[in-house]
Amino acid sequence: MKKGLQKFLAAALAALGLIMMVGGGIFGGEAAIVLQKAIYVCLECIGIG
Amino acid sequence: MADKRKNRLRLWVQLIWTALTNGYAVGFVKGTIFKGPSKAFCVPGLSCYSCPGALGSCPIGALQAVLGSGRNKFGFYVLGFLLFIGALLGRFVCGWLCPFGLVQDLLYKIPFFKKRKNLPGDKILKWMKYVILVLLVILLPLLVVDFVGQGQPWFCKLICPAGTLMAGIPLLAANENLRAAAGSLFALKAVILGLILLLSVWVYRPFCKYLCPLGAVYGLFHPIAFYRLKVDTDRCTRCGACQKACKMDIPVFDKPNSMDCIRCGDCVRACPVHAITSTLSHKKTGR
Repeated sequence: MKKGLQKFLAAALAALGLIMMVGGGIFGGEAAIVLQKAIYVCLECIGIG
Repeated sequence: MADKRKNRLRLWVQLIWTALTNGYAVGFVKGTIFKGPSKAFCVPGLSCYSCPGALGSCPIGALQAVLGSGRNKFGFYVLGFLLFIGALLGRFVCGWLCPFGLVQDLLYKIPFFKKRKNLPGDKILKWMKYVILVLLVILLPLLVVDFVGQGQPWFCKLICPAGTLMAGIPLLAANENLRAAAGSLFALKAVILGLILLLSVWVYRPFCKYLCPLGAVYGLFHPIAFYRLKVDTDRCTRCGACQKACKMDIPVFDKPNSMDCIRCGDCVRACPVHAITSTLSHKKTGR
């Protein structure tokens, strides 16, 4: 039971870290950069740029 | 019978997921791309955001865009997404949710006089995807910058066959201006795509095995990922039926969570003593 709780806590901490990482990235403007890139035709991707 | 049904299930999941994530049908007709807010979010597979139908973004393209933007030296958002998907599913994404994986799967179904699982030099060639990940996806976009400090998506530009197939060809076919602008770079990418598609008829998923940086990232998580394969060592006779059935040529009885496994499930169905199971649990009852 104690080992199970430890595992759960480790997983919960990892999940929290990930959420903070993704959230930090979004609020840091990274999602906006992705959107800006993705809504225009990426000339490099299609072999023109 | 049940085995065939499960095989078909994977094909249906691949088809439905590809259609769902690339569902902007108008784009294919008009030669334009979707511009909605959903494109700020990544999809798990290698699915080009310049595909006329794409509703989300490719994580590898997004990572290069963030690293090459000149504003970020670390892509928290995209790397966080890759960590999450990798830790949860690993390369299950490659086997079940990647549109370019689906293309290669379908090509491998074409009858050919002799099918191969691997190319000669397979053990060395497998490392190429890690070199591509580090060099073209991370280092070059970060370090090779123009006068305003912006880098380029080098993997998309020089290699990505998914971009050529899902974005380049449909956009050029429907858009005359883009067609007029295509030159030697498009020719190079078309040759790479052609080679990979031809090779896919003969060898199972050559792009996934040797070149895909997204598969390389997800594979790194296999030792710890929640979704995993488990071998019951009491039942396993090490007969090798799993490796024989595995198109990625993995000795599953020995390495059930190999970094090359795409979680297709062929080994689970092939095991004569039902010693292999897929699970979300980390309980240690087997290997």
